[in-house]
Amino acid sequence: MAVLVLIECAEGQVKKSALEVASYGAQVAQALSTIAVAVAIGDINPDALGTLGQQGIQKVYYSNQPEVKNFVPTAYAKVIAQAAETSGATVIILANSNIGTAVGARLAIRLNGSLATNVVSLPEISGNTFTVRRGVFSGKAFADVNLTAERKIIAIKKNTFEVLEQEGTAEIEPISLAFSEADLAGAPQETIRTTGKVLLTEAEVVVSGGRGMRGPENWHLIENLADALGAATACSKPVADVGWRPHHEHVGQTGTTISPNLYIAAGISGAIQHLAGVNSSKVIVVINKDPEAPFFKAADYGIIGDVADVLPKLTEAAKALNQ
Amino acid sequence: MRILVCISNVPDTTTKITFTPDNKNLNTAGVQFVINPYDEYALTRAIELKEAQGGTVTVINVGEADSDANIRKALAIGADEAIRVDAKPADALFVARQIAHYAQEGNYDLILMGKESVDYNGFQVHGMVAELLSLPAIVPAIKLDVNGTAATLEREIEGGKEIITVNLPLVASCQQPMAEPRIPNMRGIMTARTKPLKVVPPVNAESGTVYESYSLPEKKSGVKLIDPANAGELIRLLRNEAKVI
Ligand SMILES: Cc1cc2nc3c(=O)[nH]c(=O)nc-3n(C[C@H](O)[C@H](O)[C@H](O)COP(=O)(O)OP(=O)(O)OC[C@H]3O[C@@H](n4cnc5c(N)ncnc54)[C@H](O)[C@@H]3O)c2cc1C
Ligand SMILES: Nc1ncnc2c1ncn2[C@@H]1O[C@H](COP(=O)(O)O)[C@@H](O)[C@H]1O
Repeated sequence: MAVLVLIECAEGQVKKSALEVASYGAQVAQALSTIAVAVAIGDINPDALGTLGQQGIQKVYYSNQPEVKNFVPTAYAKVIAQAAETSGATVIILANSNIGTAVGARLAIRLNGSLATNVVSLPEISGNTFTVRRGVFSGKAFADVNLTAERKIIAIKKNTFEVLEQEGTAEIEPISLAFSEADLAGAPQETIRTTGKVLLTEAEVVVSGGRGMRGPENWHLIENLADALGAATACSKPVADVGWRPHHEHVGQTGTTISPNLYIAAGISGAIQHLAGVNSSKVIVVINKDPEAPFFKAADYGIIGDVADVLPKLTEAAKALNQ
Repeated sequence: MRILVCISNVPDTTTKITFTPDNKNLNTAGVQFVINPYDEYALTRAIELKEAQGGTVTVINVGEADSDANIRKALAIGADEAIRVDAKPADALFVARQIAHYAQEGNYDLILMGKESVDYNGFQVHGMVAELLSLPAIVPAIKLDVNGTAATLEREIEGGKEIITVNLPLVASCQQPMAEPRIPNMRGIMTARTKPLKVVPPVNAESGTVYESYSLPEKKSGVKLIDPANAGELIRLLRNEAKVI
């Protein structure tokens, strides 16, 4: 028995969400009186993996074979299934990301396991039940779900769990597999990076603008504050629909779901479909000139005022803080 | 080209979610059900491809008779025929096994779904169906074109996108800006009545999870307002009080 966690990397480095996944895995392992091991796949520098010992990981299997330099769900599933086999893992922990959920679905079939995605709690384990809480109805509710199969696969929501810091170094061990043509079907021919400095889904602070920003020519107000806070930028759906901002920045029911520590919404009314994508942010700040804007009901802090006046003041104060 | 579109029947996105007193089921009183918004992108793109290149669009839903209104809506928008697997969708695994079974029977070139269902928010069914049928799945796809026996897709990734060319058949899950969802017109609504909606029994399939109970998030304690004349104070509060920057 063991708990296996998937470590996602970006540009060779371990993602913050992967440290959360590792820490969560270590806690589950402790509850089950077993060890936590990891698997890392892709464009990684193995030297970066040993420090996962600080998150309670004892051993890291890794594959940086050229075939898996980019994410290919089937090939990833093969590597993870192999690591699960070798380590005898009965619990697999993933991030609730595009990668984690796509590969989790395949593993559930391949390993005949139970899968819960969007998980926000540690498991409650007693006798034959293994129950986790997961977000449902687009952040409007939770469900307690019992994973009934022998093998449990859990994708945890980002920015929800603490990163453990302890003493330790993980042992690292390469895995090398032969990939068939079918394993590699769906591999990308080309990857196009957008310019965003901070990844929206990984960001701890997000500054977001809505129709109240009045036009793309005012977006420097959002960007300047984001720069001062080291934040990612986002927007509401109509802003992306009219082309003021690219679609991948749109958050909400039909866009990206985020749960940063701080979400600052400027000139956004707070429609229920927008809230669905941001309502699990830890702290929400709303800037709107209309005191009746529904977003104030979901906010922790608010400023009733004009974005053109308020945003520069916030940027200035944030810059002053950094000095 | 034979296209299968998987649609799920979900509460309208503006629904205030409440549960039955035992917290075991959604309280459906007064709730309006719609086609899952992401599935509308899949459906519209399927119809566009059919219009441009010929073929058929079949929609499939795993659900009980209360799904029929939205299945008819999909037919009114332009799907040719529909299958309803007559069962309560117990969980993603159960649903995926049903879809995989009927998808295999229908020998489809493209199986399109939404990125996620807005009720279960699983991101699961597409990957499971693809794995069951040993097909590639492009998840989540933001663009899809078909040329002969291959398709070219764009997949959204963190911080960018990938261009993927892959042979049919395949599974893809759709999200904006894949297509602009359509509203059924009068002619569509009339012809939808005569299009086939086949109700089929579920195949024997286990589920992997049991939904024990539901709960609602804690209410926020209320907003703290800061004077716009002194907006910089907010930054100090975020550092010293909320401790998030
Ligand atoms: C099926 C479906 C899915 C949807 N999915 C999403 C989604 O994923 N994401 C999303 O965002 N929306 C989504 N929507 C749309 C959503 O319902 C709202 O229409 C949208 O969120 C409104 O965007 P907004 O707040 O930017 O614009 P508005 O509602 O027009 O609000 C603009 C706000 O700016 C304020 N304002 C104006 N000028 C100023 C100023 N100078 N200073 C300060 N404040 C000012 C106004 O008081 C107002 O509150 C969806 C809708 C549907 C039907
Ligand atoms: N009951 C269902 N019937 C048909 N298709 C479904 C059903 N549930 C989910 N799907 C499809 O699977 C996609 C992903 O759903 P989920 O894994 O629940 O997030 C949805 O967007 C639908 O296309």
